[in-house]
Amino acid sequence: MKALVSVKRVIDYNVKVRVKSDGTGVETANVKMSMNPFDEIAVEEALRLKEAGVVTEVVVVSCGVAACQETLRTALAIGADRAILVETDVELQPLAVAKLLKAVCQKEGPQIVILGKQAIDDDSNQTGQMLAALLGWPQATFASKVVIADGKAQVTREVDGGLETVSIKLPAIVTTDLRLNEPRYVTLPNIMKAKKKPLENLKPDALGVDVAPRLATLKVLEPPKRKAGVKVPDAKALVEKLRNEAKVI
Amino acid sequence: MAAAHPALTPEHEAMRDSVRRFVARELTPHATKWDEAGEFPRELYKKAAAAGLLGVGFPEEYGGAPADLFHHVILSEEIAQCGSGGVHASLFSHSIGAPPIASAGSAAMKARVLPGIIAGEKISALAITEPSGGSDVAQLRTTAKREGAYFVVNGEKAFITSGVRADYYSVAVRTGGPGAAGVSLLLVERDTPGFTRTSLKKMGWWCSDTALLRFDDCRVPVENLIGEENTGFRIIMRNFNSERLGMSAGAVGFAAVCVEEAIAWARERTTFGQKLIGHQAIRHKLVDMQMRVAAARALVYDTCWKLVNAPRDPEAIAQLAMTKNFATQTMQHCADGAVQILGGAGFIRGSRSERIYREVKVMMIGGGAEEIMKDLAARQLGWQA
Repeated sequence: MKALVSVKRVIDYNVKVRVKSDGTGVETANVKMSMNPFDEIAVEEALRLKEAGVVTEVVVVSCGVAACQETLRTALAIGADRAILVETDVELQPLAVAKLLKAVCQKEGPQIVILGKQAIDDDSNQTGQMLAALLGWPQATFASKVVIADGKAQVTREVDGGLETVSIKLPAIVTTDLRLNEPRYVTLPNIMKAKKKPLENLKPDALGVDVAPRLATLKVLEPPKRKAGVKVPDAKALVEKLRNEAKVI
Repeated sequence: MAAAHPALTPEHEAMRDSVRRFVARELTPHATKWDEAGEFPRELYKKAAAAGLLGVGFPEEYGGAPADLFHHVILSEEIAQCGSGGVHASLFSHSIGAPPIASAGSAAMKARVLPGIIAGEKISALAITEPSGGSDVAQLRTTAKREGAYFVVNGEKAFITSGVRADYYSVAVRTGGPGAAGVSLLLVERDTPGFTRTSLKKMGWWCSDTALLRFDDCRVPVENLIGEENTGFRIIMRNFNSERLGMSAGAVGFAAVCVEEAIAWARERTTFGQKLIGHQAIRHKLVDMQMRVAAARALVYDTCWKLVNAPRDPEAIAQLAMTKNFATQTMQHCADGAVQILGGAGFIRGSRSERIYREVKVMMIGGGAEEIMKDLAARQLGWQA
């Protein structure tokens, strides 16, 4: 069976993000970009399923500008078999990505789609759920363990208060949480092999998807600067401040 | 993010990313602990092998990955980010020990030895320097006398990295007459009777294993000859480009770590009512350090580019010798500046700058001492009487 994994190109997690001076967004020029860390976990999980003999092919897909190819090459270097870029310069919102992924799913026919639970740039946490709804497939989000057997996926989910295990019928959508696995290091031989793996380029129009944004961003602001803390002389003063100033007790 | 050199490909940058991640996760958090303990766990070789780091530059058929000099530069520069030269030296001792085997060893020797080294199961070391002299390779005294199917080895080797823990030693021995033309390379294995190793205590590189080797009538099978008899000198020289360029890149990496640590401290530490970085004297010092790092890094990549295009060009080799000096002097300048800015905290063990300060001299001596590098540069440029 085939696994489809979506990967997003985001600002590297080590970069200190700066808001553009005109307030229209964050600065991405001359900023290091890399694969969304949750998506790396998704690629790793698909590869482990392949190595376990459950999955036969791992296809990675990314939606966005031409430079997303770099992110796809990274996924191929981790070990994915082939890649699809849905190329557009339009700003993509989760619903648009979910629609594109739905079209790719219909074309590719995967039995399992693995996505990061959210991307670290906009933290939307929507695409996987929207994709499941659009396809009418079952979903298991925030996975910390995935076991596949007899046409079903048994997924352990991280929920408030503990772990929940659900069983869903394939084909299905799984989104990854941090503790699902620890992605492997990309090795030089695999980086070189990735150069030769197939990378298909599609356009939203060819998939029949309208990706125009449904939401408008009005303004992007820096978070307010934190004020310096104060030292309190004793517990009594602390309680007093918590009660009367912070009003939390 | 601008690449360090226009010739770098996305694949070079992908490797840099991967190494950086390995270093941040597997090396940096443990560097101080390992240095204080005087060793790092042997499993680290396997972890590095799994991340593909030990195979860089070795043939694919033995588990390696063909690489150009830029890959070596990137690897050294990124490993240095852990701030421990000792980790770098021992973990990668095979990068000087094994290339002679890969380039001159017999097919049988390569097939027997290289896969284990590249998989991180076996440790490889290079043994050339002797108590009586180092840089003057042509004068080495360790002898190997042919007796039937064996060479009988007698002598001593000093300051050998991975000297205690290694499984395979590429040892320079005298099989012929005096001078460079009488030198051969022999593969000596750790369980050879008469072969003993003594650990040495050092100024820095504490977690690296450095030893004195002694050979008393060690019988080494003739099949363990690396390359032809009496061609050892040439084989040893062959690896100097990548070793010196790697050391230069490492020195730049260590210098950059010092600058980074000094800036972080200067932003944090308050003196006379303001942050240290608020004092012009400190900011100027930091700029001088950063200036040298930028210059040394540019020189390393420029030299690399020249050597990629013309590995035997005398001018490029001269530039490499000067690069090694400039990069290690940059490391010295930045380590000194960083410890000064850290003040008392820079004198106390535990900061990266304190450790790097102790590791400067070995970088200025190992792989060709500063004076030897200057001589070499002048000779390559034809500046002789």
